[in-house]
Amino acid sequence: MPSLGSDMEKGTLVEWMKKPGDTVRNGDVVAVIETEKGAIEIEAFESGIFERALVELGQTVPVGTAIAIIDGARAAPAPEPVRPAPAPPPPARVAVVAPAPPRPTAEIKASPAARKLAEERGIDLATIKGSGPEGSIVYVDVENAVAKGAIAVEKREPPKKKPAGPDLAAMQTIIAAATARSKREIPHYYLTHEVDITDALTWLAKTNAKRTPDRRLLPAAVLLKALAAALRKHPEFNGFYEKNAFHASERIHVGVAIAIRGGGLVAPAIHDTDKLPLDEVMDRLRDLVARVRVGRFRSSEIADPTITLTSLGERGVDAVVPVIYPPQVAIVGTGTPRKRPWIVAGKVKARDVITISLAGDHRVGNGHRGALFLAEWATLMQQPELL
Amino acid sequence: MTKDDLRKLIEEELHNIAPETSPADVGDNEDMREALDIDSMGFLTFVTALHKRIDVDVPEVDYPKLFTKRGAIEYLARKISTPGARDRSK
Repeated sequence: MPSLGSDMEKGTLVEWMKKPGDTVRNGDVVAVIETEKGAIEIEAFESGIFERALVELGQTVPVGTAIAIIDGARAAPAPEPVRPAPAPPPPARVAVVAPAPPRPTAEIKASPAARKLAEERGIDLATIKGSGPEGSIVYVDVENAVAKGAIAVEKREPPKKKPAGPDLAAMQTIIAAATARSKREIPHYYLTHEVDITDALTWLAKTNAKRTPDRRLLPAAVLLKALAAALRKHPEFNGFYEKNAFHASERIHVGVAIAIRGGGLVAPAIHDTDKLPLDEVMDRLRDLVARVRVGRFRSSEIADPTITLTSLGERGVDAVVPVIYPPQVAIVGTGTPRKRPWIVAGKVKARDVITISLAGDHRVGNGHRGALFLAEWATLMQQPELL
Repeated sequence: MTKDDLRKLIEEELHNIAPETSPADVGDNEDMREALDIDSMGFLTFVTALHKRIDVDVPEVDYPKLFTKRGAIEYLARKISTPGARDRSK
């Protein structure tokens, strides 16, 4: 069970993506676990043959527990008969209060009316015993479950559409702990800077005019890519402060703060942002936002962002003064681009202006270094054609 | 495809983007982005879905015409009925 951040103590295994005998390559998703941050796909960090699972579905184990054996020495699938995967145990807990690990809903036999009612009332079908033909769940079963669990449901937060989605209350607890620690331990300094991005937006409009919607770029991709390029020149903002010392990261994994629909916030990383072409950054961003929306991201994405970008521009605010996510040492933000009177070559013109900001860790750097870094980012974001 | 079909399709796609909302409850003249809390990535997803499903490629300059349900229905109905207006690139 990998640790996906210093705040994680345990995880619950909800799905195996590999079975005994399967070939596993480094980076393959082998399992899905559920944590306070939601369902997270666990990637293998070595290659080999999936020999067997050590943890059963539904089991919650502490960080550091071995969950499966991958035999790295074997190059080919096992010659001997493959041992069957352990059968999933019956849902152990009563669900409405503490959802049992969900079975994929499609596999559960239930009438359409029962499904609809269960969805409306936020009840996981996996937790209901069916009384219909072949144990299928019928309307009255759901009604009974509602009657039994109604009080519990109403007292809790609004029913969740996705049982495997993030636990928003738990997520808020984590955010509270991380930001409180940040404000307690990190001496922040803050800088803001206004940037005329008219040329960049014009370039984007021209580029997008020739593209079908699935290949269009958003300003966010330009901001991300420019940030990663600026970090190459300013490595003192990219890394972690641990054990009273700063450790710069060789690789640049920009975390993108994404609001989860219905509440909650995560900042999963786009790995090696600096090495990806602009189009690829946009593709990754699309993919990431789509997955986060349904509460699904990968272990490596959560574990290792080296800096965070937060774009509150979408909500119409001018600027954001963000809080560093420890153990990172910097977070940058962008506000809404607005038409402003701006002086270009001695004349007042209407230009698209954005306010960018930096919160830096004073134990690692200072405002002077921060100003140089922000200026570099500003310069690069104005020239997307060079990114 | 009738305007009712278009309305259904629009509401379906909006629901995919904002699953916890009911787009059918949004007024015809309301800004859907504000009513359903849809950001620029969400809107791009919406436009991409329209392109995939009914082959109408909405250029960026026309985005503001699709910010309300009424506007989107009218716009798409016009595009579908105009010969050659649909994307022939696929």
